[in-house]
Amino acid sequence: MTATAGSGTRPGSGHPPAAGTRRRRPGLALAGAGLALVAALLVGVWVGALPLAPGAVVATLLDRLLGPLGVDVPGGLSGTEEAVLLQLRLPRVLLAALIGAGLAIAGAAYQGVFRNPLADPYLLGAAAGAGLGATLAIAYSPVQSLGPIGIVPLAAFAGALIGVGSALALGTLAGGSHSPTLLLAGIAVAAFLAAAQTLVQQQNTDDLREIYGWLLGQLGKAQWSDIVVVLPYLGAACIVLLLCGRALDVLAVGDDEAASLGVHPGRLRLLVIVAASLATAAAVAVSGLIGFVGLVVPHIARRFVGGSNSRVLPLSLLIGGAFLVLTDVVARVILAPAELPIGVVTAFIGAPFFAGLLWVGARR
Amino acid sequence: MRGRAAGEPVPRPDSGARLEVLGLTAGYGRTRVLDAVRLTVEPGGWLAIIGPNGSGKSTLLRSVLGFHPHEGLVRVDGVPTAGMPRRDRARCLAYAPQTPVLPEGVTTRDYVGLGRTPHRPLLAAPRGVDRQVVEDVMARLELDLLAERLLATLSGGEQQRAVLARALAQQPRVLLLDEPTAALDLGHAQQVLDLVDRLRRQDGLTVLSTLHDLTLAGQYADRLALLSEGRVVSEGTPAEVITSAALQTHYGARAEVVHGPSGPAVLPVRAVD
Repeated sequence: MTATAGSGTRPGSGHPPAAGTRRRRPGLALAGAGLALVAALLVGVWVGALPLAPGAVVATLLDRLLGPLGVDVPGGLSGTEEAVLLQLRLPRVLLAALIGAGLAIAGAAYQGVFRNPLADPYLLGAAAGAGLGATLAIAYSPVQSLGPIGIVPLAAFAGALIGVGSALALGTLAGGSHSPTLLLAGIAVAAFLAAAQTLVQQQNTDDLREIYGWLLGQLGKAQWSDIVVVLPYLGAACIVLLLCGRALDVLAVGDDEAASLGVHPGRLRLLVIVAASLATAAAVAVSGLIGFVGLVVPHIARRFVGGSNSRVLPLSLLIGGAFLVLTDVVARVILAPAELPIGVVTAFIGAPFFAGLLWVGARR
Repeated sequence: MRGRAAGEPVPRPDSGARLEVLGLTAGYGRTRVLDAVRLTVEPGGWLAIIGPNGSGKSTLLRSVLGFHPHEGLVRVDGVPTAGMPRRDRARCLAYAPQTPVLPEGVTTRDYVGLGRTPHRPLLAAPRGVDRQVVEDVMARLELDLLAERLLATLSGGEQQRAVLARALAQQPRVLLLDEPTAALDLGHAQQVLDLVDRLRRQDGLTVLSTLHDLTLAGQYADRLALLSEGRVVSEGTPAEVITSAALQTHYGARAEVVHGPSGPAVLPVRAVD
């Protein structure tokens, strides 16, 4: 069940000559995904409980951006509308884009590093660790925040890193950086942390609602400060992962062959796992556990540009951002003024969409 | 180590190097698999390691490449590989494993391009030289028409050629092949071995391979080393190494050795009850 199951010397018989030929234009796919992200961001700020005129939104944004240069753009929003745009909608939409991009590229990196199409960013205990951290903070923390940062995000961030750290330590003790061992260590750590989380949760039934709210993922309380908190971690991790794309392609041929090509598979795997986990930890800290994005967006990207990680990673980043922004729009529109948990909506929209893609791919 | 004039558009592969293996000892846990193996492959030579299953053939190749912990010395043109940075080593030694992992969703061209990894910074994009080398290698191995095909859709023989092309794109001085014909039928096996032989003669490339088919080994390699229980028990020309006495002793096999024009051929003899 690994991505590299293709055995080296299998005689492939009866393929029509053009079967494997696929014209792929990675540049085109990237540009398309970039446009989709911009469009999603615009839709995200237009749509909501208080509809904002698209033209006025663009005028206001341009005015804000160009204001320091002394350019005045007329036709902006009114005072209240501007407050809704700048204090509520814009941070929320941007945060959704950041989280989606971070989870998607982390998922693509995990899939690449483990050569396993079923890997996702929560595989090595990041989700279970963050869940336990957040649950502990909600149930027992006497304070709401440490300085400007909320205690729940802080505990979730720490929990995610502790989870992945334990999995890495256990995996290394058990068998070096060999990836199946590491996967099993991740499963063991995740199971243990999830059990601990359930235990704490059962002891504190008063907090169940809040805990569930966090576990299902949320972007409703997004503020500019959240963006400031996650951006350094997410940004650094994404840059590292984007740079590692080509190296991951080398790793895809197996550890021995990668080593014969001059790469250190163990070191590279560790670097990618640490970067992807940092992105994941930062994302879950502010948004809770949003599923599906990290698992499926990389597969969507592969449909367009093939299996090469140096193309899948950047494309996943863009598609993930656009996907989560649009999902968030649906989450807040469909039962407005009530909001659905975004973690539910990602799978509700994503699963049929992905099924459709598989179907179209199979018919082609 | 690799002298290359600046401004030369497509560097030709350097000719082969002398590969020396001295006192190589390796094992798994406490089990010793290789015991003081000593081998020399002359520049442009082809040494095939033969031996029964479990005699340590693959471990020997993997130790020479530095993947497997070992004692002893491996030298390329007199330079010990142990002290070399991994990238420098990758520019000397290229390796095609017995069962190569072929990444999914990757085209032949991208796969062959991986061979350029040791020649450029790990994070950098392929340069013009890299693309040119890849195109040249694919043309030589008649892969140019398959360049845009996905690896998984190639036939077994074509896949083996793609793996060889990737190794050649490394522009190595020594080619290490672990059972290059393991999963191929006779015709395709001969095609691959003819190809390796041609590359060796044209570029003077040094080849160290394992081959379990004794007749093919004797026809293509100019020297053979018989490995048994981790020791080199005989080394020399095919006619010297492949004898029915050696096959009886080390393989437990009943076989006649017939000396044909292109080398010794092994004819198994059925037991008579």
